[in-house]
Amino acid sequence: MNWSDALIQLQYDLGAPQELSWLVEGVTYFIGAFILANAALILALLLIWITRKVISRIQDRIGPNRIGPYGLFQTVADALKLLSKEDITPASADKISYLLAPVLSVVGVLMALAVIPFGPALIGADLNVAVLYLVALGSLGIMAALMAGWGSNNKYALLAGFRVVAQLLSYEIPMVLAMLAPVLLVGSMSMQRISEAQSLYLGPINLGIGWFIFLLPGAFLIYLIAALAEAEQTPFDLLEAESELIAGFHIEYSGMKFAMFFLAQFLNSFFLGAIAVVLFLGGWQGPFAAQIPLLGPIYFLAKTFLVYIVIQWIKGTFPRVRIDQMMQFAWKVLVPLALALITAQMIIMKLPLPIWINYALLLAANIAVVVAVLNILGSYFEREQVRSKRAFAPRSLIGTMQPVQSSSGD
Amino acid sequence: MPELPFPLPTVQQVIFSMIAVLTVLGALVVVLAPNLFHSALGLVAAFFGAAGVYIIAEAEFIGVSQVLIYVGAISTLITFAIMLTRGMMFGATSPRNRQWGTAAIITSLTFLVLVGIVSSVPWPAVGEPISQGHEIIAGLGRAFVNEYVVPFLLLAMLLLVALAGAIVLARDYK
Amino acid sequence: MLSQWGFVLILSAIAVVIPVAAIVLGHFLGPRRPDPIKTDVYESGVETIGDTWVQFRAQYYLIGLIFLIFDVEVIFLFPIAVAYADLSFFSVIAAVTFVIILLLGLFLEWRKGALEWT
Repeated sequence: MNWSDALIQLQYDLGAPQELSWLVEGVTYFIGAFILANAALILALLLIWITRKVISRIQDRIGPNRIGPYGLFQTVADALKLLSKEDITPASADKISYLLAPVLSVVGVLMALAVIPFGPALIGADLNVAVLYLVALGSLGIMAALMAGWGSNNKYALLAGFRVVAQLLSYEIPMVLAMLAPVLLVGSMSMQRISEAQSLYLGPINLGIGWFIFLLPGAFLIYLIAALAEAEQTPFDLLEAESELIAGFHIEYSGMKFAMFFLAQFLNSFFLGAIAVVLFLGGWQGPFAAQIPLLGPIYFLAKTFLVYIVIQWIKGTFPRVRIDQMMQFAWKVLVPLALALITAQMIIMKLPLPIWINYALLLAANIAVVVAVLNILGSYFEREQVRSKRAFAPRSLIGTMQPVQSSSGD
Repeated sequence: MPELPFPLPTVQQVIFSMIAVLTVLGALVVVLAPNLFHSALGLVAAFFGAAGVYIIAEAEFIGVSQVLIYVGAISTLITFAIMLTRGMMFGATSPRNRQWGTAAIITSLTFLVLVGIVSSVPWPAVGEPISQGHEIIAGLGRAFVNEYVVPFLLLAMLLLVALAGAIVLARDYK
Repeated sequence: MLSQWGFVLILSAIAVVIPVAAIVLGHFLGPRRPDPIKTDVYESGVETIGDTWVQFRAQYYLIGLIFLIFDVEVIFLFPIAVAYADLSFFSVIAAVTFVIILLLGLFLEWRKGALEWT
């Protein structure tokens, strides 16, 4: 039974009148949404702590370790500090867009919670258009960034606003196309149906490991790269590029208004990871999840945190890309590959062959895409390595440098 | 409970009214705001309102597409167009020009005609829905590639022409 | 089905209240000592010259246009993907043709240099 049905039943059992069914439903949804939204706030504190710990380990530091066990409450202290900061509004800012932007960015991110299935019966709203709904929420983020960039009346902010839009728009196409691949397999955009479809039956027992990543690694890789860009994470964080644009579109924000952008960004990368888990990593599916319902949410959260940590790992290790590289990678690599992948999948799955041959061909096409993306990335990083070594090498060595043969461990 | 002289509105009607107010207010901001960026924001609000109306009419797919295309792409494009032009971006421009009086009369007349049409058409009473939820979207997909396959492919050609046009329009000639 | 959207509506109301409450709380808890330097535009300690508007590349607009076209395309692909299981091979070929025509458009952009960011 769904959580909302259970809660509605409980209210009727407690004596709620039948004719007020809309109120009973409203109360149920309010309770659900309230718990969900507040859990997300606590989650954000945890996420920031994880990020700091992971990044500091990568950089050979310890990270926060003073407040609470393992420095867990450091973010709480930071939030309190931000709360006590002066609320500065630039005199020349456009008040309406300046004040609306941080609110809108949080709304756009929190709304994603509605369609995330935490367990077999734990989903806010099992919409039929959930996948597109999630993509549509991204446009709120774009509007928020534009409003912040324009409303602050600051050159850096406006430049960053333009970059945000160029980046988010460019990477939205490959992301949506990658999300299309599981939808094609399942024949539904409902997050719950996609989760359910990733089961693997061995006789009557659901092993719960029929994850789409085993069938669609190419789509997963494209999604992950595009999601990194959509979450404005480090290889693609040139819209806040501290060294050139200071902080990007939220440069003029301080105190709680800044905290809202910060919150939105961390939650956004977590939710993009959660979507990856639902679409490609089986959602709440896992061994014995069908038998023990409690395992569902645990599997889901464990996988999502794992994806989140991987995102932070990438953040800690990769250098920032330039805007021309970023745009070209989206339009010349990801979009054609994603389109080719979707085309191939459409044809392959309709070929009149035994179903396992169809799957094998699909997997082969996906592996080809993975190899292509990794090759392009690899050659790019090799070029960049040579370029940066030349740039930092003593003058006398210029011209004698050879392409790097093997990684020397740096 | 005392008898009311009118039936209580249903929850759906209340929500519809709120959405309608949002749409109309957004549209008014578009027309009346002296700042073009504020007009663009009003347009976004109006688009959201329209999406809400679609969703209330159980056309979820159209509603979500509305947000995706109109809020995500069209308004961004409009904002870009405003920002690319120096004079439009900051400073107030008057929302009126010499023709505002004529325009007001024409739009009011159009509005009256629309009201007349809407109220005089015998709308079919709502019966059993043809299909629901998930089936609507699947039916749409089937229609694209079966009955309407020729318009569908013509649409692809249209998009191709639009792409070619975009290059001609926005390319910097060096 | 509509009641599902009721949840979305209620969640959106809560999602608006949370950041507004946080910002209002921060506004009243924090000190308030405005001075003209503090509320001035930040530009790394340098005074801003001219207005905020700087010359932007038309390229941004072009990317917006290309995005719009591909966005429309993707929207059309989603219902087809949902209906995929009961489509005939011919219908799928129609859908594939749709994608290929747009892929042609992308290569046209590529050839014309619209995707270069120089």
